[in-house]
Amino acid sequence: MSVADIHIGEEVHHDEHHEQSFIQKYIFSTDHKMIAKQYLISGIFWALIGGGLSIIFRLQLGFPDMSLEWLRPILGKWITSAGKLDSEFYLALVTMHGTIMVFFVLTAGLSGTFSNFLIPLQIGARDMASGFMNMLSYWLFFISSTIMFVSLFLETGPAGGGWTVYPPLSALPQAISGSGLGMTLWLVAMVFFIASTLLGGINYITTVINLRTEGMSFSRLPLTVWAFFITAVIGLLSFPVLVAAALLLVFDRSFGTSFYLSEIYIGGEALPNMGGSPILYQHLFWFLGHPEVYIVLLPALGITSEIIATNSRKPIFGYTAMIMSMLAIAFLSFIVWAHHMFVTGMNPFLGSIFMFLTLIIAVPSAVKAFNYITTLWKGNIHFTPAMLFSIGLVSFFISGGLTGIFLGNSALDINLHDTYFVVAHFHLVMGSASFFGMLAGVYHWFPKMFGRMMDEKLGYIHFWFSFVGIYLVFFPLHYVGIAGFPRRYYSWTNFDAFNSFTDLNAFVSIAAILTFSAQFVFLFNFFYSIFKGRKAPQNPWGSTTLEWTTPRIPGHGNWEGDIPKVYRWAYDYSKPGAKDDFIPQTVPYSHTPESNLPFENELAKTEDVSPVAQDAK
Amino acid sequence: MTRSSADIHLGKVRVKSMHPKKFAMWLFIISVTMIFASLTSAYIVKKSEGNWALIDFPSLFNVTSVMIVLSSISIHFAYLAAKRNNLFNIRLGLTLTAVLAVAFSVGQFFSWGQLVEQEVFFVGNPAGSFIYVFTGLHVVHLVGGLIFLLVVLVNSFRYKVHSKSLAQIEMCVTYWHFLGGLWLYLYLFLILNN
Ligand code: HEM
Ligand SMILES: [Cu+2]
Repeated sequence: MSVADIHIGEEVHHDEHHEQSFIQKYIFSTDHKMIAKQYLISGIFWALIGGGLSIIFRLQLGFPDMSLEWLRPILGKWITSAGKLDSEFYLALVTMHGTIMVFFVLTAGLSGTFSNFLIPLQIGARDMASGFMNMLSYWLFFISSTIMFVSLFLETGPAGGGWTVYPPLSALPQAISGSGLGMTLWLVAMVFFIASTLLGGINYITTVINLRTEGMSFSRLPLTVWAFFITAVIGLLSFPVLVAAALLLVFDRSFGTSFYLSEIYIGGEALPNMGGSPILYQHLFWFLGHPEVYIVLLPALGITSEIIATNSRKPIFGYTAMIMSMLAIAFLSFIVWAHHMFVTGMNPFLGSIFMFLTLIIAVPSAVKAFNYITTLWKGNIHFTPAMLFSIGLVSFFISGGLTGIFLGNSALDINLHDTYFVVAHFHLVMGSASFFGMLAGVYHWFPKMFGRMMDEKLGYIHFWFSFVGIYLVFFPLHYVGIAGFPRRYYSWTNFDAFNSFTDLNAFVSIAAILTFSAQFVFLFNFFYSIFKGRKAPQNPWGSTTLEWTTPRIPGHGNWEGDIPKVYRWAYDYSKPGAKDDFIPQTVPYSHTPESNLPFENELAKTEDVSPVAQDAK
Repeated sequence: MTRSSADIHLGKVRVKSMHPKKFAMWLFIISVTMIFASLTSAYIVKKSEGNWALIDFPSLFNVTSVMIVLSSISIHFAYLAAKRNNLFNIRLGLTLTAVLAVAFSVGQFFSWGQLVEQEVFFVGNPAGSFIYVFTGLHVVHLVGGLIFLLVVLVNSFRYKVHSKSLAQIEMCVTYWHFLGGLWLYLYLFLILNN
């Protein structure tokens, strides 16, 4: 089929000699590597804001008597005349912390960075299927970020109804100040965000399916690419549902419809809305919301698979099982959403069905955890910072996943729902695990992104403070939660039952501040190494995958000559008989008779080792 | 030689299965489908909770349904003409489709009038609001399709739509049939769930 004449920019050349202006190169770039860096920097920016917000509310929780007068220069009137944090602003802080972390850092920052960076490099493509769409995706994210950021400075404060923005609270501007303009901007920002995510996702899927180089069959794809691919598919199916949920919410807020509202009295006065149902919103939201937690986690798991295999110098244990469990998780993630709604008055029979489905997810999750451990087992482990963060991820994934099994029981959940137990659960399994995945990815692929190495010692310091710190923060929260302390409460000092937790809460806050501070070690390391780091060798970790066959700093188009051809899977580490402890994917079987298995020797006979044909001009 | 129409030159990568842009179009269709699937599910969930007003659907829906089916036929006519390089018929078919699309949208608008006549407003019982949302959101997507259609039409005047250059019109036709099918689904859904 000849399609060449359909608006292809006749930009036949992608070479380095082609001069690009500053704007083309760094701002409106269509190069996937630059876009990935843009996402990374934006994600780091948001992580700092999101983390900073959490420190502010941890101060309130840990030291309720402390005077926060010194925050007035930043927070202005949100510090009351008594020197305390405004209680409605507290809600806004929690809301924005959740929104920023889940969507802006761990969805856009994580998928945006690593899907963009790694998909073309690891499948042997010169760029994404559509560089323009990719650029558009970033800039929509940028607009969304700007709107969300502006909402932080509103007179009435940013959105305050929790990151899940449940109606009726979020639907009635008169309910709290955080349901006013801040909520409107939240919704607008999310619309741009979803558009950006969908554009990005469509691009990732198209690229993986259509642009793999010769020989790169699905069964030879690195697990990173598998993970990004499945993540994008989940996003494609679930984010539109959030569009629907948000659309109806907008109509309820701004046009007076009653999708989610019914028989509400505010200030003693009845509202006209009749016939709606707030539970409807929860169904729609969690149909996205639960898949979303896996959108956040799967890329981190993919990154971990890659790093653990490379640094254990062993093939990943159970390659197919890893893919199967990701597919199973993806499928199951769409049919468990109601475990977030056990206490909404749901029919108990329906509750047990969702309980059953929820507990099944533990199976593929456990398969993945076991496979990581068995890959590490008896490996020749290289403890690079990236490796430490990956092992940390596995630890968080297990300890956080275990509490999921408690929460998944519809009976136990009556006690645990909306307590700090849930907060502890998802911060370990989702928040910290994905965050570690992202950091591991940065440490591991930094040499490819910037051509330089990050400092290892600083990396170790960063790791140990973060790893220990996170457990110190979230482990105690389980106890607070089991004791029944509800999440999103401004203050607990009025409840006798919780007074015994005063010290524990202070301890958690101190640990949180320490953990947050440790991130500045990373920041310094990151920015310092971009300019002053040791120059990276071409393949610093001895990896098999294609990105390490590019020049030290790949130009637009990634490979200078032909694109590489792939002859084997991505995990030929420490293959018996081989000269080195890794064989890159570009090495044909016919060149490695000493290490081939019998069936590989058969393959070697029919192998076509001519290069991928020249780019035709 | 075969070239995928990505934004940069890709070299001889075996383009598997499908043209990337067409493939992306299908993915877009999937995401639109999900929006409407979730809205119609919301309709069922809400309805099962009771407090549901009964509504007579505007009779105009029958007329607009015929129009959208006709527009699918006319765009297919244009597509077949493009395959045979019959420029006049391409333009005729596309123009006809555009006219029918506008007529459809206007018809949907008047059907809202019929709803208002029986005192079903956008603001009120969700049973009515849902109908406005379904029709409104569908027309929004149709307007998007119409813009795409006009782009193809302009290109046909620039001699850019012919048997050697079909990808764009093919994508347009796919999306158009999808829009038609979507409307029929929505209408059928409403009828079956009333
Ligand atoms: C073994 C597998 C898991 C099970 C059985 C499970 C179960 C649950 C249940 C039942 C809840 C609702 C608790 C409540 O609100 O009362 C919950 C909350 C949550 N889970 Fe999990 N979970 C599992 C794994 C995960 C993973 C892997 C992630 C993320 C990557 C995750 C993220 C979350 C989040 C974000 C929430 C709280 C949302 C909120 O209310 O704000 N969970 N989990
Ligand atoms: Cu869930």
